[in-house]
Amino acid sequence: MVENGIGARVRRKEDFRFLTGQGTYTDDMNRPGQAHVFLLRSPHAHARLKKIDARQALAAPGVIAVITGADLEAAGVGPLPCGWQIFNKDGTPAHEPPHPVLAVGRVRHVGDPVAAVIAETRALARDGAEKLVVDYDPLPSVTATAQAAKAGAPAVHDGAPNNVCFDWHFGDAAAVDQAFAKAAHVTTIDLYNNRLVANAIEPRAAIGEYDPAADRHTLYTASQNPHVIRLLMGAYVLKLPEAKLRVVSPDVGGGFGSKIYHYAEEALVTWAAKKVGRPVKWTADRSESFISDAQGRDHVTHAELALDKSGKFLALRVQTTANLGGYLSTFSTAIPTYLYATLLAGLYTTPAIYCGVKAVFTNTVPVDAYRGAGRPEACFVVERLVEKAAQEMGLDKTEIRRKNFVPKSAMPYQTPVALQYDSGDFITHMEAALKLADHGGAEKRRADAKKRGKLLGVGLSTYIEACGIAPSNVAGALGARAGLYESAEVRFHPTGTVTLFTGSHSHGQSHETTFAQLIAEGLGVPIENVEVVHGDTDRIAFGMGTYGSRSLPVGGSAIVKAMDKIVAKGKKIAAHMLEAAEADIEFKNGTFRVAGTDKGLSIGQIAFSAYVPHNFPLETVEPGLDETAFYDPKNFTFPNGTHICEVEVDEDTGAVQLTRFVAVDDFGRIINPMVVEGQVHGGIVQGVGQALVEDCIYDPTSGQLVTGSYMDYCMPKADLVPSFQVATNEGAPCTHNPLGVKGCGEAGTIGAGAAVINAVVDALKGFGVTHMDMPATPEKIWRAMHGKAAKAAE
Amino acid sequence: MYNFNYHRAGSVDEAVALMAKASDGRFLAGGHSLLPTMKQRLAQPTDLIDIGRIAALNGVKTESNAVVVGAATPHAEVNASAKAIPALMALAAKIGDPHVRHRGTIGGSIANSDPAADYPAALVGLGATVKTNKRTIAADDFFKGLFETALSDGEMVVSVSFPKPEAAAYMKFPQPASRFALVGVFVARTSGGVRVAVTGAGPSVFRVKAMEDALKAKFTPDAIKGITVPAKGLNSDIHGSAEYRAHLVNVMARRAVAAAA
Repeated sequence: MVENGIGARVRRKEDFRFLTGQGTYTDDMNRPGQAHVFLLRSPHAHARLKKIDARQALAAPGVIAVITGADLEAAGVGPLPCGWQIFNKDGTPAHEPPHPVLAVGRVRHVGDPVAAVIAETRALARDGAEKLVVDYDPLPSVTATAQAAKAGAPAVHDGAPNNVCFDWHFGDAAAVDQAFAKAAHVTTIDLYNNRLVANAIEPRAAIGEYDPAADRHTLYTASQNPHVIRLLMGAYVLKLPEAKLRVVSPDVGGGFGSKIYHYAEEALVTWAAKKVGRPVKWTADRSESFISDAQGRDHVTHAELALDKSGKFLALRVQTTANLGGYLSTFSTAIPTYLYATLLAGLYTTPAIYCGVKAVFTNTVPVDAYRGAGRPEACFVVERLVEKAAQEMGLDKTEIRRKNFVPKSAMPYQTPVALQYDSGDFITHMEAALKLADHGGAEKRRADAKKRGKLLGVGLSTYIEACGIAPSNVAGALGARAGLYESAEVRFHPTGTVTLFTGSHSHGQSHETTFAQLIAEGLGVPIENVEVVHGDTDRIAFGMGTYGSRSLPVGGSAIVKAMDKIVAKGKKIAAHMLEAAEADIEFKNGTFRVAGTDKGLSIGQIAFSAYVPHNFPLETVEPGLDETAFYDPKNFTFPNGTHICEVEVDEDTGAVQLTRFVAVDDFGRIINPMVVEGQVHGGIVQGVGQALVEDCIYDPTSGQLVTGSYMDYCMPKADLVPSFQVATNEGAPCTHNPLGVKGCGEAGTIGAGAAVINAVVDALKGFGVTHMDMPATPEKIWRAMHGKAAKAAE
Repeated sequence: MYNFNYHRAGSVDEAVALMAKASDGRFLAGGHSLLPTMKQRLAQPTDLIDIGRIAALNGVKTESNAVVVGAATPHAEVNASAKAIPALMALAAKIGDPHVRHRGTIGGSIANSDPAADYPAALVGLGATVKTNKRTIAADDFFKGLFETALSDGEMVVSVSFPKPEAAAYMKFPQPASRFALVGVFVARTSGGVRVAVTGAGPSVFRVKAMEDALKAKFTPDAIKGITVPAKGLNSDIHGSAEYRAHLVNVMARRAVAAAA
């Protein structure tokens, strides 16, 4: 057993610098001679952009330059690319309108950047921006998902009739129709998956810098994947050769998906730095984040589940309208399609599934992946339907699931929506969760709550997600415009310490600890001798970054492959030094040993020999001990689990209090249980946040973002949730990656929403309530209890 | 934020004199409403007159029949020191978050007259008196409407005197995002009668006479069970319709009576 290896609750190596305020975020960095840019953003949801008069702004104190969309167009700067091509039902490609770095001719949402003012200070840049005279011709706008494709809705883009970006479908419609025709029972549901603002604690920031001597550009940016930004910005937007472009993502304070994408500000500061001959810095303030960071979710869905008379699922039919906002963000098109429809089998044996998705443009901030990305939406549809079906057919919520779960014995299991689950033991985690939640005591607790004027509700949700999108060739065939592997380089230094260069990016996920544990386990190096480097395209071979819970299953597997190469080379060196046959060398706990003898050398001694090759097989082995590996997964991984939530609803006010929350998850093998618990806790809070309090609301008339600050956008706070009870089941590890790991970053967010809403609906069953849209606010619940129609506040 | 002139006043007289000289001056105490507005460039005062360090404006004094709170006293200090009126202590503990409670002041709060602020309910509920540099104003006459008070130009709140009640309690249903009062009801029973003051629900704090009369006869939650306020004229926004707020007024009033009784 290695100290601080796999399975150990190692304290986070990165915490010292974060907790002592010594992290280095992009805004902490200041480059010599740096100027500042302020972006003037559209105050209109939709308007013709007629003329920008910059004369007064250019004359304002400290103003260095003003840049408009026309300037960028004239300089040959391209639009921001979309990373995934989707095809319509009829085989034609989706409509991909250009997404200019700065608006040209039209503005399409409040916050759409219109002009950039560069000045000596941030305040002077903002003062200068107030002197810009912009001639707008306001146009009618559309923000609501359900309204966008209706006849007469304002057109967001010319050439996208009815605001439809694509009309896509997946699955076997004929098989589904046949199954519905013979169904004993059909459960239907109409639901809205509310739009969310990601709200990472660190607002986005970027600094562009140009070195004329070397003709090289550097971009510092708060991003989840610097290599992807280098690729997209270099190849598509600025047309810069990658060798001349360095992208650095230093410490990043949370992303939740919103920092995956290539944003306008990154291209702008990179381009402007060369233009003005000075480094150019941009940092969003919180208000700006609300109107410029990609938002999440926003689906309107009608779904139907066909069952036989015993409650066995026969078929699922789903029709979703997905709001993509004013422009296509980098991965926006993949989220409501391949990361959504493919998850609709859930944990169940439903034999036939069909899903249609109409994606629409609206005059809102672009929508893209937000923690879970498509999978929480799928889970919510499936688990609400299952719960509703159980209620309608008089089946117990656990019984209907037991009856329909894919059994462990059926693994690997091919779903009707493309995915092949490699592993999973669904009954086991559900039973464990029921026990942990003292489900048997729920009815007594319900009676006790009633005496206190509280309505207790129990909600169950089971989920499965697909992480580590793969393999690259399959993703490519489905429209991905990038590969989906990961790289790792393990570099031994002569005196035995190790630097790990990873293409994954940590912005809260604890990679500096977890990845160091992998090295400690795999190479027997003390964890304090391992340094993890990430986030710099000049230092790391390549990387696809961190999103979709991929870092451990994909990035971690690349680390294992690189370690395998280190060990293989070490064996050759050890064989030479120990005068034994290579085949007789064993490696264990950091020591190369001749099998069956006590002759051995530590990996540190081997590393020293590799760099000081005096006694070394130079004829057959190169000096040095530094190995790089790229890992392209054979399949997705499929984390899954059960969440159980208990709520108490105040009969007088409709307020909801969470009284119990249990999660039992199957993440495969666990590297650091403490880190995993932290990820689960945070994920659950974000799921609960969506279910109860978070809601991104646009004014339907003006298109203004109503919830544009924390005074109106309600973040989940500590008093919203109880102390969680979480556990994992490691009995069904991933079968196709070397660590047996599945990923844990998004699971909490995926399972929690449905569990909470199922609990709220259960609490209100005495009032005939069968569904509650998120967020389940006190007023919505109060109205439901009093038979009042849901009413938008005037 | 735009540039402005900063002055630190050493006394009330100096503060008032500085204000008289400023072309568009504002008093600065805790700054927790004013500064965010300035940061967003929604307010552009020429001068800020910092009154936060005037000793005479700071602190909680307990008199025989009243608790007197200096205008620049932060909420946390009221929470710690207004022991003679536990309901006032409890109200102060529920304002905002710890940052707000340690910087925000009672004078700043009431002079701003935010429709969802907590303090107006306490002032009107307890029948407090506001002392300014010029005069004293009964709480009932102080709050005039949405962000509107009886203060004249250049007039400054100096202290607030809260008479000790026989029994009192404040119940608040917070707006979930801001934690301001979606509806807050302060109920107090004094030798002179009962006062019921509602904040958050309307454009400004208001009293519910029908509840006061019913509670004077019988100080129990049931006494006001059937007494509702009309929804018409109440605030309505994404966090609560006027109809829901009207409902909450009754619920919070009953809970306040239960807590006070």
